[in-house]
Amino acid sequence: MEFSLWYLGLAAAFGLFMAWGIGANDVANAMATSVGSKALTIKQAILVAAVFEFAGAFLAGGQVTTTIRKGIIDASKVENNPELLIFGMLAALLAAAVWLLIASRKGWPVSTTHSIVGAIVGFAVVGIGVDAVYWSKVGTIAASWVVSPLLSGFLAFFIFMSVQKLILGTKDPLKNARKYVPFYIFAVGFILALVTMLKGLTHIGLDLSYFQSLLIAVVSGLITMSIGVFAIRRIKIDPNQNASFRFTNVEKIFGILMVFTACGMAFAHGSNDVANAVGPVAAIVSIVKTGVVAQKSSLATWILLLGATGIVLGLATYGWRVMRTVGKKITELTPSRGFAAELAAATTVVIASGTGLPVSTTHTLVGAVLGVGIARGIGAINLRVVRNIMLSWIITLPAGGILAILFFFLFKGMFYNGPVV
Amino acid sequence: MSGSYFSAIFGKSPVRPLQEHMEKILACVRELTPFTTAVLACDREAMLIHHRNIVKMENEADALKKELRMRLPSTLFMPIDRRDVLEVLTMQDMVAGSVRDVAGLIVGREMQIPAPMAKYYKKLIKRSIDACQQAFDSINELDELIETGFGKVERKLVGRLLMKLDVIEQDTDAIQVKLRSELFKLEDELHPVNVMFLYKVIESTGTIGDRAQRVGSRLQLMLAR
Repeated sequence: MEFSLWYLGLAAAFGLFMAWGIGANDVANAMATSVGSKALTIKQAILVAAVFEFAGAFLAGGQVTTTIRKGIIDASKVENNPELLIFGMLAALLAAAVWLLIASRKGWPVSTTHSIVGAIVGFAVVGIGVDAVYWSKVGTIAASWVVSPLLSGFLAFFIFMSVQKLILGTKDPLKNARKYVPFYIFAVGFILALVTMLKGLTHIGLDLSYFQSLLIAVVSGLITMSIGVFAIRRIKIDPNQNASFRFTNVEKIFGILMVFTACGMAFAHGSNDVANAVGPVAAIVSIVKTGVVAQKSSLATWILLLGATGIVLGLATYGWRVMRTVGKKITELTPSRGFAAELAAATTVVIASGTGLPVSTTHTLVGAVLGVGIARGIGAINLRVVRNIMLSWIITLPAGGILAILFFFLFKGMFYNGPVV
Repeated sequence: MSGSYFSAIFGKSPVRPLQEHMEKILACVRELTPFTTAVLACDREAMLIHHRNIVKMENEADALKKELRMRLPSTLFMPIDRRDVLEVLTMQDMVAGSVRDVAGLIVGREMQIPAPMAKYYKKLIKRSIDACQQAFDSINELDELIETGFGKVERKLVGRLLMKLDVIEQDTDAIQVKLRSELFKLEDELHPVNVMFLYKVIESTGTIGDRAQRVGSRLQLMLAR
């Protein structure tokens, strides 16, 4: 291909740009609840986010990346003009990244997932043809955008109800917190490990059976749990706690739990959202490398690394500031609620990642917060804002799509010298 | 700044402002103790000082009330009903209203409490303050109620507090009966207009306990949902 190096260079640059944008803006939402409830200081939150976003992206980001790469567009429609797909994917990346930047500047609620999917569908419909889109797959993805907040809402509701029954609503909440919180910690380690083992690790040469995966998941759950038990033992219980609020000590224990769910949240976010940046890159790379629209080639590890690095870069250069701002504004959330919301959202997102469904982490988290709210757990939730966030994707889809179409024709004009379609 | 929209879903809980409002009301009610002492000692100067304090605190509570009302749009989703919050707020506000009425009446008409009534009147004031303290303690449990997700143990605890509030309120009723019968015995010796207004003072003072109890009743409704 004539401009192979150009394509690769642009793909890597745009992918990095998009990953940077995700790290700069999106990660803050995933971590904000932990910072806001003071379970983590801002420095700890950045560290947790950096490590676990990277791990999630690298270890468990493959499935969704594959979906973005070849699940949305029927590449056989452009077999004779593989370059069209390259332009399209470049355009989609740039469109999503630009839209993310604009919306973030303006403070509009925006989902990276919705903008990249909107952008890919947009260029495919206009640039290739309506029948180039796997509409049933796109339908599944769209359905998952409705299902994921609902599912995480349900999960959060039941997790918080269980916390009420087992700990908060009992005669001795402190004793029961010490007793039951380790099990929630186990759940965090177990679920994350299980989904990762089942779906993720083939690209780093680990191919495990179902039983092996389950075993490893149990072991990593136990390891996480024992770290948790150790940390809980070290908590200083203040016998003269604030008399006007008697749950300060109990919340300290939930604070430990929330450190773990924060890790889970960052991991889940990385595993799902890295695809928004590297999915198109992977598509471009496989076309450039093979010269044809290969639907079978496997995902190169360095691409996931690129995305993971981009996210951490975004976090380090700009995202920490956003995180601080968002965290400061969440003052009414205590760890016993924050953890329930995070555990529910992280579980939902990780399951989506394993299934290869690109979902919005923010929406999932909002659904979880509502779930805790319905269980009478949160002082006040602003329903107007919730509605705006939930409806934002209806605007984000066409916005990403239209931008992608513009960029598509721009790239086509710059590079294309093949047959006219 | 980007991302800030997410934090905006967490509204400000009305619980703490509601508790702060009741705290102010309680301080206002407590001022009745030195005020009554001054009345009984016929110390006009001290009376005026405490009356001014009462009016001042009532105004401060009023400002808190308005601020909380402004902050409670109907789009807030809360574990407690918005109407109940507003009702509790109104009831708390009315407690201060009663206090101001009593003090205003006594100061305005330069009234004196006849000596045979003094003991019971002091008792009525004390029990009325107790009722408000009890109402405040109950309202103070709201954050614990929400923390436990209205757990059974906590609901029972608040239930006990409210039951005690009822007992105190019944006490104030009994003292009022006693006061009225004392006043009835004195009727012939006193100026009729003064008698009329003394009945009025007893009645107004009695409403303090009533309204404190109604703060509790509203809280009970919150528990029931």
